[in-house]
Amino acid sequence: METAQQEATSAEQKTSIELTGSQAVLEALIAEGTETIFGYPGGAIMPIYDALYDYTEKLNHILVRHEQGGIHAAQGYARTSGRVGVVFATSGPGATNLITGLADAQIDSTPLVCITGQVFAHLLGTDAFQETDVINITTPVTKWNYQVTDANEIPEVLAKAFYIAKTGRPGPVLIDITKNAQLQKFEYKGYNFCNHIRSYRPKPIVRKEYIEEAAKLINEAKKPFVLWGQGVILGSAEKEFAAFIEKSGIPAAWTILGAGAIPSDHPLNVGMLGMHGNYGPNVLTNECDVLIAIGMRFDDRVTGRLDKYAKQAKVIHLDIDPAEIDKNVQTTVPVWGDCKETLPILTELVEAKQHPEWLAKFNEFTRQEVEQVIKDELFPSTEELTMGEVIQQINEITGGEAIIVTDVGQHQMVACRYAKLNKTRSNVTSGGLGTMGFSLPAAIGAKFGAPDRPVIAVIGDGGVQMTIQELGTIMQFDVDVKILILNNQFLGMVRQWQQLFHDRRYSFVNITSPDYVKVAEGYRIPGTSVSKREDLRPALERMLNVKGSFLLEVMVTKENNVFPMVPQGCSVSEIRLK
Amino acid sequence: MTAYIPNPEKQEYNITVYTENQIGLLTRIAIIFSRRKINIESLNTSPSEIESIHRFNIVITETEAVVRKVCRQIEKQVEVLKVYYNTNEDVIWQEMALYKVPTDQIAEKALVERLLRENGARAVVIRHDYTVFETTGHREETDALIERLQPFGLIEFVRSARVMIIKDSEGFNRKLREFESLEPGQEVSENEFLNSADKVFSM
Repeated sequence: METAQQEATSAEQKTSIELTGSQAVLEALIAEGTETIFGYPGGAIMPIYDALYDYTEKLNHILVRHEQGGIHAAQGYARTSGRVGVVFATSGPGATNLITGLADAQIDSTPLVCITGQVFAHLLGTDAFQETDVINITTPVTKWNYQVTDANEIPEVLAKAFYIAKTGRPGPVLIDITKNAQLQKFEYKGYNFCNHIRSYRPKPIVRKEYIEEAAKLINEAKKPFVLWGQGVILGSAEKEFAAFIEKSGIPAAWTILGAGAIPSDHPLNVGMLGMHGNYGPNVLTNECDVLIAIGMRFDDRVTGRLDKYAKQAKVIHLDIDPAEIDKNVQTTVPVWGDCKETLPILTELVEAKQHPEWLAKFNEFTRQEVEQVIKDELFPSTEELTMGEVIQQINEITGGEAIIVTDVGQHQMVACRYAKLNKTRSNVTSGGLGTMGFSLPAAIGAKFGAPDRPVIAVIGDGGVQMTIQELGTIMQFDVDVKILILNNQFLGMVRQWQQLFHDRRYSFVNITSPDYVKVAEGYRIPGTSVSKREDLRPALERMLNVKGSFLLEVMVTKENNVFPMVPQGCSVSEIRLK
Repeated sequence: MTAYIPNPEKQEYNITVYTENQIGLLTRIAIIFSRRKINIESLNTSPSEIESIHRFNIVITETEAVVRKVCRQIEKQVEVLKVYYNTNEDVIWQEMALYKVPTDQIAEKALVERLLRENGARAVVIRHDYTVFETTGHREETDALIERLQPFGLIEFVRSARVMIIKDSEGFNRKLREFESLEPGQEVSENEFLNSADKVFSM
């Protein structure tokens, strides 16, 4: 089918053609290079779905089982592909079901364009059927949102939506389109990409004098320490980042969303930051003399107690979002800008160095952590299985090539701590919002975003029951997702806190599970459940070698705790190994 | 880099926000305060010297550190052009107030002329049943007249939001004009259909 886009451009500026608002929406998506839409139809978005009927060769639509599943899938897609995830939902409940995903995408800076249907413009404010005030509900959880009541606005508004979603610090955008605008015929004059909005400055101006100042601090430093976050991945600056730490010889640790920007086994990668991060990076944050934060936002789960956080250090903060500078940690030298641009300038100015003694300190802490925590987690001598050994086995089988999509809780911390990641965009998790139920739908999207890579959804027995309906999506579209449920028969992270901080008063953390293998079977997904060590490896190999989706439930020890841990209200250097 | 001046004392800050004229922007700005449980003491929206560019004047009582962070969050919004914050010393500001009093009371019992002169007020309306005075000034001045009129049976009082002009320099004016000449602002798109419900087929 020849699309209207081609018609309009090929016909030598044939002035314009008549399109409906709905067709204009789909033309915009095609022009923006969208391949996959995750959505769910309903009354107020029916004209768009009607138009979609004629566009199925150009646009792949994945019918999810719940709008929350749709938006998490779009997030997974955006995270593994680096492109804008697109979601369709109807008005009212369809739109409100997007809220959790919007909040998640907002806090984790994921580029999305969500298109919601809305009641007819003349019905706005009349409590019409399936009418909710979507614009006002979504304002705090979107980078930008806009309501279209006239089809003439659609091409320009969608161009703006994509531009805003993907530029600067990325984020979710929601466009609410009233039904009359979807149906309205108008003179379509082609699609023009947006590359500038006069009130919006996606990237702050790079100020070289501050980079020079930063380089001076780094060159004088005896114990410099780099913290990196997702900004490195969002800015596609992995190479620039590696070049910087390799020249300056500075040990570097990652936030949970920064995982995988450089390979896990890179000699300068000293591990994970934060509450359940590695021992050395947390303790030595309070010993370094210059702290260089790159594309991260000093979340409270990373910093612990702020008044005892890196007080001895001079802080250099590289970020694209000026509002992040000095938000939580007082910066000595701010470096505003896209780290893809600022890092090469900084690398040029820093002296080639190595810090063997300083790096040895990290290694000494690693040795202690291996001895006291990691050994027992990855190679347990207990009868029952641990979460860590499951991840270790996956590392051995895949060699670190898989995309790991995690949910939220103990398994998330274990998976992120121990998963070997060779490539960037291999770690998809709900970081800032901590959304249980994220993993299963996000893994679906992750697979569409990176179809050539194995995708493993690692999920707890709590989280999987929050969005388990997306097994239907996996079934219907033959999505090759490996579903790994680490079942400890508890809401483990809450139980851990209740054990440590609430005198073991286990209040409603005891969660029962269905027979997941039977549930999967109902969805025509093969699966198995294991609880013995000798069965684990063959089951994992079967899961990873089978063509198509597979569900593997691993029964793990019930009351394991994730350590190390920075208890709430404590400094990072007060991290506990037990 | 702005030097960090520790200022634990809360005080009134006058925030000036230059924005596009867009529906929904008021909410987007207001929730930046309400999310942090900061009370907006005064909020005024008006056009600026450039027709398509609007300005918000917002007054809050906070520490400078909090005000600075809040302003950065406001400036981050797509349709916001620029944000300034200033202490009361740095701005010229005015609030307008209206007072309604029974005419018989005020005419008989008060030395109206003196009252008006001393409070910089003027009579806007004089009717046989009531009189409306107006005064413009700082909070203390508009408050003072309430106290003076209370004994004469003040019927109604209302005070406007604060409007302010930054003392320093010519502000953002040159930049704004440059902006506008490069790319004229767009007209706000409103819902054209609210009054045509009967003529539209819908289901």
